[in-house]
Amino acid sequence: MRKLYAYILNFLLLVACFFTISPLLWMVSASFMSIGEASQIPIRILPQNFTLENYKILFSRLNLSRYFINSLIISLSVTFISLFLNSLAGYAFAKYQFKKRDKIFNFLLSLMVIPGQVTMLPLFLMLKNLGLVNTYLGVIIPGMCSVFGIFMIRQYVISIPDSLIESARMDGAGEFQIYLKIILPLCKPILITLGLFTFIGTWNDFLWPLIIMTDNSMYTLPVAIANLMGEHSADVELMMAGSVITVFPILLVFAIAQNYYIQGIMGGALKE
Amino acid sequence: MPKARFTIILLFLGPALFSILIFFILPVAFAFVLSLTDFDIYSLGDIKYVRFVGLENYLKIIHDPLFWKALLNTFYFVFVGGPISIAVSLFSALLLQSKLVKFKRFLRFAFFTPVVTTLVAVAIVWRYLYHPRFGLFNQFLMIFGFDPVNWLGDPKYAMPSIIILAVWKNFGYNMLIFIAGLQNIPDELYEAAEIDGASFLQKFKNITLPMLAPTMLFVTLTTTIGYFQLFAEPYVMTQGGPLNSTLSIVLLMYQHGFRWWNIGYSTTIAFSLFFIVFLFSILQLKIQKRGYFFAR
Repeated sequence: MRKLYAYILNFLLLVACFFTISPLLWMVSASFMSIGEASQIPIRILPQNFTLENYKILFSRLNLSRYFINSLIISLSVTFISLFLNSLAGYAFAKYQFKKRDKIFNFLLSLMVIPGQVTMLPLFLMLKNLGLVNTYLGVIIPGMCSVFGIFMIRQYVISIPDSLIESARMDGAGEFQIYLKIILPLCKPILITLGLFTFIGTWNDFLWPLIIMTDNSMYTLPVAIANLMGEHSADVELMMAGSVITVFPILLVFAIAQNYYIQGIMGGALKE
Repeated sequence: MPKARFTIILLFLGPALFSILIFFILPVAFAFVLSLTDFDIYSLGDIKYVRFVGLENYLKIIHDPLFWKALLNTFYFVFVGGPISIAVSLFSALLLQSKLVKFKRFLRFAFFTPVVTTLVAVAIVWRYLYHPRFGLFNQFLMIFGFDPVNWLGDPKYAMPSIIILAVWKNFGYNMLIFIAGLQNIPDELYEAAEIDGASFLQKFKNITLPMLAPTMLFVTLTTTIGYFQLFAEPYVMTQGGPLNSTLSIVLLMYQHGFRWWNIGYSTTIAFSLFFIVFLFSILQLKIQKRGYFFAR
């Protein structure tokens, strides 16, 4: 009886699993179909004439490599700059004693209830006056640092024993040296987790790049394929190839580092 | 912990606090000021055209049927889509927790995959899956003898279609958080209940749910706040149609602000969203705290 139950449970889960990833499988399959193949009856699940034509068109005529590079530059910059600023601040909140420390920290936490959309119009006007519309900096600057990141690093640094820092100080290490040589190496797991969150979040971000990048050549991948959808909505196979190119790097990063990512989410929930 | 010198604190905290102050707090304050003006496309050319109008924009919003439509649509998404998402997450977490399940790591990975994918890209994919003639969903329905559904083209089905996409895209995230919460429940509680002859449902109601209450609060809060910000799905799949049935608050804000440059009006919409999200967050904190104590 118990064995039968186990079979049924595992079978159902595998079916659910298949349905969960089937939209992505279909996306990949359709991206290799020749023009018109995905819009036929009876419906075709696998490509009859396997072709790379859609990818060729995207990279040659539709300039997707440019958008790919834009996305990469922006995501990497935001990730590294924000890791640096967040870890500096997170460390200070965890290990320095100063006036109003907890008040300032709690105030920062309370900012998290404000939806980011509230800031978008004023931020656009500000960055426009600074001449940063249609520049990488225009996307990077608002993502330079995050309360969530400061919070995660602070929680982690608190668990590092004070004695480590004290003994380094005795040996005559400067404050910045302590941060660089002791704190950062010990923080490696949380830095990787937070870096993954930031990279994937920035790569996938849509609304802000849509607003600040008005010039075609500065689009990020999500903005570019949403824009392509306007002219090419009938070209199913082409749009699927564009979606694959957008999603693939993220899935690759996730597949390689999934443990850090998953532990980050599960650990974060425990602390709430 | 020594009292640190001011310059050192400034060095460590300065960059982060400065960036939050200039690029977050200041814009929020600026947004409130803008919402009290009639800042529009003419003011964009020359600032002297801006007039201070007091609460006029807020009054205009109350009498704007499109705003109410967008608000109701957003509520539909949040209060129907949210609970469904959470239920699916909890259900899959419970199944995956069972000791009988094989390939746990693989299943967890697969269920989580939609979460990391780019929303815009999968919204495009789903737009084709929902195609009334060639879409896989209707083909699938027809195999089982059902009539095809005009998913995104019918005002009745457009929002449910977006909810189905959102549930698929998001359930893996909360599933992980629930799994973490479930792992924290001591096994002895279940063992003791089993000795007393408790049924599966009794154990779920009297042990699992109360022990999950803090996790549940976290999940409902973050899901609600996130779902209030619905934007990319309708932008890519329906542009708010048909008949404005998927027009969301953020989409309306975007259209006023960045398509028609009604900047004063747009920030008013953004601020109303903030106010509503804030209100519901507090309400949830109150209700769930009380529910938590009742359950004990």
